[in-house]
Amino acid sequence: MTAGSTEPRTKRVALATSGARAATLAALQSSSQRDKVVHTVFISMMLIALGLALLGLVSLIVFMAIEGGPRLQWELLTGVPSTISPETAGFRTAILGTLYVIGGVVLLIVPLGVGAAIYLEEYADSTKWWNRLIELNIQNLAGVPSIVFGILGLAFIVRGPISIGFVAAAGSLTLALLVLPTVILAGREAIRAVPPSITDGSLALGATRWQTIKGQVLPAALPGILTGIILAVARAIGEAAPLLLVGAVTFVTFNPKFFADGYSTLPVMIFQYANRPQEEFRILAAAGVIVMLVLVLLMNSLAVWLRDRFERRW
Amino acid sequence: MKLRFRGLVALIAALSLVLAACGGDSEETATTGATGSDTTTTEDMGDGDSGGELTGEVRLDGSSTVGPLSEVAAELYMAQQPGVRVTVAISGTGGGFQKFCIGETDANNSSRPISDEEIEICTENGIGFDFIQAANDALSVVVSADLPVECMTVAQVNQIWGAGSTVLTWGDVDGLDLPEDVASQPLTPYGPGSDSGTFDYFTEEINGEVGNIRNDYIDIGEDDLAAVRAIEGDPYATGYIPFSYYQEAGDAVKALAIDDGNGCVEATPENVSNLSYTPLGRGLFVYFSDSALARPEVLDFAEFYIDNAEEIAELAEFVPMTADQIEEQRAKIAALVGG
Amino acid sequence: MLDTPMAASSAGADVRRSLEAASPRYGEKAIKVFLFACAAISVAVTVAIVISLFVPTFSFFQEVSIVEFFTGTLWAPAFSNASFGVLPIVVGTAIVVVISLGVAIPIGLLSSIYLSEYAPAGVRRVIKPALEVLAGIPTVAIGLFAFWFMRPLAESLLPFLTWQGPFSIGVAAVAVGLLIVPVITSVSDDAMRAVPMSLREGAFALGASKFEVSTKIVFPAAISGIVAAVVLAGSRAVGETMVVLIAAGAGNPRLTFDPTKGVQTMTSFIAGRATGDIATGTIVYDTIFAVGALLFISTLVLNMIAIRFVRRFREVYE
Repeated sequence: MTAGSTEPRTKRVALATSGARAATLAALQSSSQRDKVVHTVFISMMLIALGLALLGLVSLIVFMAIEGGPRLQWELLTGVPSTISPETAGFRTAILGTLYVIGGVVLLIVPLGVGAAIYLEEYADSTKWWNRLIELNIQNLAGVPSIVFGILGLAFIVRGPISIGFVAAAGSLTLALLVLPTVILAGREAIRAVPPSITDGSLALGATRWQTIKGQVLPAALPGILTGIILAVARAIGEAAPLLLVGAVTFVTFNPKFFADGYSTLPVMIFQYANRPQEEFRILAAAGVIVMLVLVLLMNSLAVWLRDRFERRW
Repeated sequence: MKLRFRGLVALIAALSLVLAACGGDSEETATTGATGSDTTTTEDMGDGDSGGELTGEVRLDGSSTVGPLSEVAAELYMAQQPGVRVTVAISGTGGGFQKFCIGETDANNSSRPISDEEIEICTENGIGFDFIQAANDALSVVVSADLPVECMTVAQVNQIWGAGSTVLTWGDVDGLDLPEDVASQPLTPYGPGSDSGTFDYFTEEINGEVGNIRNDYIDIGEDDLAAVRAIEGDPYATGYIPFSYYQEAGDAVKALAIDDGNGCVEATPENVSNLSYTPLGRGLFVYFSDSALARPEVLDFAEFYIDNAEEIAELAEFVPMTADQIEEQRAKIAALVGG
Repeated sequence: MLDTPMAASSAGADVRRSLEAASPRYGEKAIKVFLFACAAISVAVTVAIVISLFVPTFSFFQEVSIVEFFTGTLWAPAFSNASFGVLPIVVGTAIVVVISLGVAIPIGLLSSIYLSEYAPAGVRRVIKPALEVLAGIPTVAIGLFAFWFMRPLAESLLPFLTWQGPFSIGVAAVAVGLLIVPVITSVSDDAMRAVPMSLREGAFALGASKFEVSTKIVFPAAISGIVAAVVLAGSRAVGETMVVLIAAGAGNPRLTFDPTKGVQTMTSFIAGRATGDIATGTIVYDTIFAVGALLFISTLVLNMIAIRFVRRFREVYE
């Protein structure tokens, strides 16, 4: 290499580089002023949008708190419905009814939902038409309006083939079918997130499919599955429409039983109270809404905490 | 460790909530009796086993008008007979009869007499029944207190509300003699939906046929008070609502007197009780099935209902039956108990 | 011993044989069957829904002409001069969908762009759960809020509009819009976060501003997911019952496009009729199933469309 031939090339490269830099800078700088304005406008639009959503949430909570404030006492939780004296009426039977119904829902969706999710992710051959049909089916069911499940419950569970009458178990079954797709979809996401290396490693060491699932996949997918169950339960707690059709009776002053006639749940009772003319019932309904909101907040916090606590990074 | 601790706390919290709830059971009877003037009524209770040894259940369903009445009866009854579970559902008079006639309920709260079609269904399913009258009720035609109309004939109400009605302003109603500024105002009709017993009764009595009604009225659904609120907001609106809601309504609305051929009869509790407020006065009934009445707790409940009909009607703010009507019902029950 | 190939391979075969399962593992098969049954229940549910809806619908259409049902403009099944034109309540549902999406799309998309592209991690950690709380609020509560608070507020803010009575489908639709914002934000957020960082980084390196990257790179890249989000939200709006039942009332039998009035939707009709006064087995009662079938088919179509779009965005980036 001769010293003389590199010198002009380096100079040429240096010239080219500085020329490019100048051009880029010119291109960047020329729009930076306009950029700033657009950026500010955009950010404010987004913050307004977010603000509106949060404002809606906050104003609902505040409004209900003000409306229902006068009745926020312990009697709200321990009192029974009363038409004679709404000032001392409470939601005890509705809360117990909700607990029974939701208890039944959980008993149903955990095995069925997790089972279906495991099958679809681990066992199902997705080229077979019946497996594809099941997948499609579940995704469709997730979007069916809740009132249609009410019709289903009335026709098939309360009357029809299953025929258990207007009992809490019917409410459980109806709601379980409603939220099952949510659990299955969440479970599938959770199981899918477990790295294949874990599964493969287990199988390579001689474990059977089920042993692998039980010992490796499920524990790893547990937080996601739990979150799905909690969100499904939170949704089921707030549902009123399907239960209106399967007989969540208004006026129940005794504690409900699973297979005995006569139960009510919190959202249904709130709805019925809100339809009454007397002012005290309106306050009672608003107070009931606050109880529900507290419940929802608790469940959501539980879900978030679970997610944070158990989140594993692969 | 952390998880277990929190889980334990949650478990304890849940358990204590359940325990508190169950503990509330024994206080319940006391609560019902301890509210102000209700104390005397609970103690004044008429016949009906005050021994409290009956057990079983009584399932009522039906009208949303009669429902609150039965709920009061149920509350008072369960204070005396805590072993009996009385439930009151509200599926509407017709929906309730549906369940009643296939044996799903023991009794149906009804704001109208059972229809022929419903009797057929009951017979088909082998359900015999009897009924008691629980209270009197009426429908009031309400307008704004400021409207210069006090009385309407049935024909005028029919003209406003019938199918094919062409009444769009207050001036379109024949024979009202209104000042020009009122006559030119649009008449806005509010009424309950076709699911309501009130709707059935009104259309049949005023327009001659159930379901015969103009198709441009504003449907207020289940919320009878919505008509009152509407009139409070619009002085030229009108609607028809159960009498008990009118009594709750306050001074902004007034009920029109109705002329059924015998002069204007005002909508007052007296006129409803003495049956002069026609044709919009009605009885409220509870139908019991024979198989249910064969059970001691149901019969006892029916007896209790009649014996305490006045107190129940007052507490629920309905128009009570006249003494004669109550005697009639008492005789009916006595026959049932005897036979 | 293993010095000849033959000996080695036969020894290998011994090892191989001993790795095979000693027994045919019936337990495994039983588990697989049980799990399949769990999944197949969903098919049973759909079949049950179809039967419970379509059998009475079939007998309904023996009495009522399909043409009248789909083209009539007067919905008064229980009146003495009954009329079975379903358009008024279909239009009611349509009003809810249009207005609620009109509210939810700008709020939802802008919020999700912010959360996905702009928000610092701390803000995101607070806002995401807040939106999930919004998603979890019982619809009864939202309906009562719309009826007790939003409607009077709307009337006092806009007194020149033709309010009548205490119900308004427009107000109910705005409340439904608020309700479906979390649907749009969560699905769009997923879609936008699935866009690889490399696309963004490339654009930044070429001198694009954050605004340009968000709107011209990420948004179009995530478009199938975003469309899916909008369609899912629309489907949710179609199926919403309690909010419209409480706040939109039952309107009147005539067809109207006026959002200030109370108007019935397909869902509030079903809820009202099924809990109301009419006797089962009559044509009037069967309207529940006919409208229910229509509702089911509409949400089915919307969901199929959404699934198509979700699949597209999943395929591209996962």
